[in-house]
Amino acid sequence: MVAIAESVPKPASRFRFILDRRDVLGSFMVAPAILYVLLLVGVPFLMAVYYSLSAYTIYDPSWSFVGLANFEDILEDPMFRQTLYNTFIFTFGSQFLGLILGKFGALVLLRPFPGRKFVRALVILPWAVPVALATVAWQWMFDSLYSVINWSFIAMGLITREQAPNWLGTADLAMFSVIVVNAWRFFPFAIVIFLAGITAIPQDVLDAATVDGAGFWRRNYQIIMPMILPIVAIGLIFGIVFTFTDLSIVFLMTMGGPVGATSVLGFAGFQTGITSGDVSHGAAISLFMLPVLLVVVIFMLRFIRRRDI
Amino acid sequence: MPRATIAKAVQETSFYGAVAFFFILAAFPFYWMLITSFKSNADLYNVTNIPFWFNDPPTLEHFRYLFDNTLFVTWLLNSLLIGLCVVAITLVTALPAAYSLARMTGRNGEALGIGIFLTYLVPPTLLFLPLSRVIAMLGLQNSMWSLVLIYPTFTIPFCTWLLMGFFKAMPPEIEEAAIVDGCSLFGAFIKMAIPLSLPGILTVVIFTFTLTLQEFVYALTFISASDQKPITLGVATDLIRGDVFYWGEIMAGALIASIPVAIAYNLFLDRFIAGITGGAVK
Repeated sequence: MVAIAESVPKPASRFRFILDRRDVLGSFMVAPAILYVLLLVGVPFLMAVYYSLSAYTIYDPSWSFVGLANFEDILEDPMFRQTLYNTFIFTFGSQFLGLILGKFGALVLLRPFPGRKFVRALVILPWAVPVALATVAWQWMFDSLYSVINWSFIAMGLITREQAPNWLGTADLAMFSVIVVNAWRFFPFAIVIFLAGITAIPQDVLDAATVDGAGFWRRNYQIIMPMILPIVAIGLIFGIVFTFTDLSIVFLMTMGGPVGATSVLGFAGFQTGITSGDVSHGAAISLFMLPVLLVVVIFMLRFIRRRDI
Repeated sequence: MPRATIAKAVQETSFYGAVAFFFILAAFPFYWMLITSFKSNADLYNVTNIPFWFNDPPTLEHFRYLFDNTLFVTWLLNSLLIGLCVVAITLVTALPAAYSLARMTGRNGEALGIGIFLTYLVPPTLLFLPLSRVIAMLGLQNSMWSLVLIYPTFTIPFCTWLLMGFFKAMPPEIEEAAIVDGCSLFGAFIKMAIPLSLPGILTVVIFTFTLTLQEFVYALTFISASDQKPITLGVATDLIRGDVFYWGEIMAGALIASIPVAIAYNLFLDRFIAGITGGAVK
């Protein structure tokens, strides 16, 4: 019996032996992913911080340290303050509109009706399709001359051709337009998030509430809403992060115009840092996203932790 | 009784009105793409025509122009190549990482996993300045290979997180049995865990590919040479001559590029949501 247990010793090299230790192999397997992310996210992030504190431009790549001078420069620039304000309006305007559309959309799609699957598949489209392509379609719908929206208003007799609004050429209307497009892009995501949350609520909880005499609104606001809050919060966090840092919608539709009325942080950073080559000021502009991102990350961590416990 | 019937009718009408509202809201821009891409220019650029339908017979001239006289096919192939390379890089790095974080590193693994996922939230508009310097140093400016290098920075975090969920949901007994039977730890991962997680891997492949198709900011920053552009960037920025937008061609290109992504999303939506909410719904 003993002989059987000892008979065939594995011809194992020392290397192989080490790799059979769970923690060692684990570190080896996770290392490539972590290295990739450290080298191409972590290091560039530190570079961005350093750029914002230096006098670096693509024409004069000096790394001389200038402290907070870049931040002082941009804060004194009224265009930048306008940009910062626009970014908040753009983010909260479109998230608010998107959430309302999402909540009602989810209520509608919750009820069975013929063709529900088809409608659901179509409603996902604005979120699925590459944002640049959908934005171009909207740009065409907002065209100054051939806008289908204006055509419909004129055909309904609401306005005459002379009164037709220039959607992307008027400051307030341009801001309204980019908010609408962004809300349009996010509302399917909000619908899906609400649906996922609502369908995950156990039916017996709702039944118990009904038996105890809770009506539709009471069930809605005192049971459903609190129960789906974590998942809605996570969806909202994604929405805020991706809207607050967005560049493509503004870049394609208005180029920040007219006269900076729709310029947002991502766009201003691109214009200054890439188009004009003033890397240090561009980096300083982009870094203004950081406080918002940090707040969001802290919220995110709290929700993930709570789920674990 | 009639009052109840009327109330019911009002309720039904408003419900289907709401359905119609969402239907039109979501679908109209795509209908607009479709009809624009098949209209003749004479029909498109006439403000007195009814825009919702064809006033002249539909035409394929925009599609023909797109395929014959523009770099559309090149962009399509670029996107395909970029997507495939990024999928390969992502799988090779994210699969072992996710397995390790789910099975081998215990409590630290959880924290590391959250850390990796959070980098997915670091936006391109914060990193594009330093990254464009890195790309220039590597001599990759104006080349689509720059995108192959950079896109994994958001696909790896996302897919590692997604696959971690898959591996955690798998019973560990199968691999343990393989190890008892003489399989090495790594062998158990290759021979047991990977074949069993094929549905998860398929999800990751599809989403990595669609994420690369949707990306716009890095492509815009790194690439200005027309023949190196991926399809989204090419269609959105390269079909404009001076001030003239080639609307028919732009809409035709946008339509062709949108269809595969739309189908993929609809097929894999539930898994995507499970991934993005990190299993907050149980």
